[in-house]
Amino acid sequence: MSYNEMFEGEAVREPYARLRDWVQTMPDDFRQMKQAEAEALFRRIGITFAVYGEGGDPDRLIPFDMMPRVFEQAEWRRLERGIKQRARALNAFLRDVYGRGEIIRAGRIPARLVYQNDAYEKSVVGFVPPRGVYSHIIGIDLVRTAKDEFYVLEDNCRTPSGVSYMLENREIMMRMFPQLFRGSRIEPVDQYPELLRRTLESVAPAKCRERPTCVILTPGHYNSAYYEHSFLANLMGVELVEGQDLFVDGEFVYMRTTTGPRRVDVIYRRIDDLFLDPLCFRPDSMLGIPGLMDVYRSGGVSICSAPGAGVADDKAIYTFVPEMVRFYLGEEPILNNVQTWTLWKEDDRRYVLEHLPELVVKEVHGSGGYGMLVGPKSTSAEIEAFRAKIIADPCNYIAQPTLALSTCPTFVDEGIAPRHVDLRPFCLCGDRIELVPGGLTRVALREGSLVVNSSQGGGVKDTWVLSE
Amino acid sequence: MKLQISHETVYRYEQPIRNLVQSLRLTPSVFEGQKTHDWQIQVSGGVRGPGFRDGAGDWIEGWTVRGPVAEVTVRIEGRVDTRDLAGVLRGHREAIHPMSYLRDTAPTEPDAALQDLSRTAGTGARDPLDLAHRLSAAVSEAIAFRPGATEARTTAAEALALGEGVCQDHSHALISVARIAGLPARYVSGYLHSTRDGEAHDAAHAWAELHVEGLGWVGFDPANRCCPDERYVRLGSGLDAPDAAPIRGVAMGSSAERLDVAVHVQELTQ
Repeated sequence: MSYNEMFEGEAVREPYARLRDWVQTMPDDFRQMKQAEAEALFRRIGITFAVYGEGGDPDRLIPFDMMPRVFEQAEWRRLERGIKQRARALNAFLRDVYGRGEIIRAGRIPARLVYQNDAYEKSVVGFVPPRGVYSHIIGIDLVRTAKDEFYVLEDNCRTPSGVSYMLENREIMMRMFPQLFRGSRIEPVDQYPELLRRTLESVAPAKCRERPTCVILTPGHYNSAYYEHSFLANLMGVELVEGQDLFVDGEFVYMRTTTGPRRVDVIYRRIDDLFLDPLCFRPDSMLGIPGLMDVYRSGGVSICSAPGAGVADDKAIYTFVPEMVRFYLGEEPILNNVQTWTLWKEDDRRYVLEHLPELVVKEVHGSGGYGMLVGPKSTSAEIEAFRAKIIADPCNYIAQPTLALSTCPTFVDEGIAPRHVDLRPFCLCGDRIELVPGGLTRVALREGSLVVNSSQGGGVKDTWVLSE
Repeated sequence: MKLQISHETVYRYEQPIRNLVQSLRLTPSVFEGQKTHDWQIQVSGGVRGPGFRDGAGDWIEGWTVRGPVAEVTVRIEGRVDTRDLAGVLRGHREAIHPMSYLRDTAPTEPDAALQDLSRTAGTGARDPLDLAHRLSAAVSEAIAFRPGATEARTTAAEALALGEGVCQDHSHALISVARIAGLPARYVSGYLHSTRDGEAHDAAHAWAELHVEGLGWVGFDPANRCCPDERYVRLGSGLDAPDAAPIRGVAMGSSAERLDVAVHVQELTQ
C-alpha cells in the first residue's frame, strides 16, 4: 500500500479537506471549462517542452492537473534541511575531487569511480571557482513512501530543467482560481528568478569590479527546454544568448550588442560541457565559444554549473552521497538514499540477477527513463533480454527496489482519485544556499502507474507549502 | 645541454579571417630536467589573453587576433638548459590524479591486436618499470619509423595494423598498450635536438609518459627506442595528441588555410 498524502491516519488533512470541498462544490462543466482554459494558457505561453530530456514531441503539452499538492510547514522544514544538506555535501565533494581528493585518500569512495568517470573533467583540476561552488542549481528528485520517509532518487547537478513548470503551474492556478489563494497561507515561489539572479551574481569572478553581467547560454530554439531558457532570462532581466553571440577577446568574454561589445561575468549555461568550447572539448562543436575555458580557468568569467560538475550526479557516485554528508559535514543524512545494488560487486550482482522481477535496473549514465528495466512491469522475455545486457557489462548498471511512491488526490473523470507523485525542488547555491518553498510535482495520471515521466502518461501539479 | 629553440608557425588563409582564438601550450615544463630562459611567445597582430598553469602542470596562454587578417605567425624563441634524468619527470608539480590517465580516447582505443601486444610484451615483467620498458620496446618493434605512412588522424590500432608510422603513432600505441596493462599513460609534446643534420621533422617531437608506482611519470620514446634525456624539451601532456596539442585555434570566417612550420633546436656551446 502506498502512502496517501491526503490523509492523516483515517482523517483527511485540513488543507486537503478544503480542496476536497472545493472540488465537490465545483460543477462538472465548470471543471471542464477550467481544464480547457488551463490548457489554452499553457499553449499560449508556449510551455510545451519535455522535462528532463525525455525526448519526444517538443510541442507536446504536458497535462496539467489542477489539484495542488500540499506540504505543511513542518514537513517542508525537514525536507528543506535535507535538501540543503545534500546540496552542501555535493559541492564539497566536487571541490574535493577537483582538489586533493581527501574522500578518496580516506578510502570512502573508490578512486576509479571518480577519476575514470566520463564526467570527471581533468582540465579543471586545481581550479577553484568563486566561493568554491561548482553546482549552483541542484535539482534533487524525491519520492515519498511514508509520512516521514522521503527518498532521493537522483541528484541533478548540471543543468536541471523544469523550474519554469514550478513557476507557471502556480501562475496559472492563481489566475484561474484566485479564490483558492484568498486567505490561504500558501508560500510564494515567484521570488525564484530573483534568487537565481542573486545566486549567479554572487559567484562573479574576482576580476569583476562592477555589478556582474549575467547571461543564459542556450543551445538555441531547437532545444526542448528553450522555452525555459527564454522564460528565465526574461524574468531575471538578463540576456539570452547562443554561442555565436559571445566571443573571447584577451582575458575576457564579451557579448555582441547593438551598442558594441559588453563584458560578461557570469554564464548560466544550459548546454553540456562538451559543447562549451571547441578549443577544450569537442573541436567539431559549433555551439560553443572558442577560448571560453581558458578565460574561465584564469578567473575571467564564471560558468554555472562549473564544467565537470556532472561527476557528482552520476548514478554510481549517487550511492556515496550519504557518505559525503558524513565525511564533509560531520552530520547524519536527513534524506535517505534508495538502497542501491552496484552490479560490479559480485554479491550485489548475484542478488540482483536472482531478483530481477522485483527490481528496477538503471544504466549508470542513462536518464529520462530510457535504458531501464522496471521488473514488476516487465514480461519475462524483457527481463531475460535485460539479464543478458547486465551480464555483458555489469559496470554499466545499478539496481534498486521498486518503491511504493506516495499518492496525491488528482483530477480524474469520476472526480478525484489518488495518483502517484514525485518531487523536484530546485536548490540554489551561491554565497548562500536558497530553496524556494515548493518544486515541481510530477504525477502518473494512469491508475496504478509508477512512471511519472511525461513521455509515459505523466503530468504536473502546483506544489504548495503552507506557512505557519 | 644548453638548447636554443626557435619555432615558427605561419597560417596563411585564402580569404582573410574575421577573428582567431588560440590556446597555446608552448612553454617548457618546470621540472628538474629543464630550466628555461628568455622564453618568448609572439602571435602577430595578437592580444595576449589569459595565462595560467593547469592541473597537469602545463602553462597555457590564450591569444586572440582581431581580423580581418590573411596571415598569422606564431613565433617562439628561447633557451632551455636540460639534464638527463633517464626519463623521470622529477620535481614536476601537477594536481591531476594519475588514474585520470587510464581513460581511452579515440586515437588510443584498443583493439584485439593492441591487447595481444600488451599481453605478450608484458608477460614475465618483474615490476611496473620493467613492464613499461618491455611495452615500449614492443611498440618500437611492431611499428617501424616511416614518415608519410600515416596521417594526423591515424589511430594506434591502425598504425599497428600497418606496422609503420611516426612518433605520434608510436606514442599512441604505447599509451594504448600501457593502459591495457593498467599503467596510466599520456601523450607528451615537445622538442628534440637531433644530432643528425637537416632532419627538421625530428625537432618537433612527441613521446609518451607512463606512470610507474614509486617513480612517478617516466618518459618513453618508442620512435627512438630510448627514454627522454638531455636532448628532449618537454612542453605539455594530454590523453592523446589532440589533447596535448601545443597549438589549438579556431578561426572565425575560416577559409582554406595553409600551414608552414619551422622548428630549430640548436645546441649552444657556450
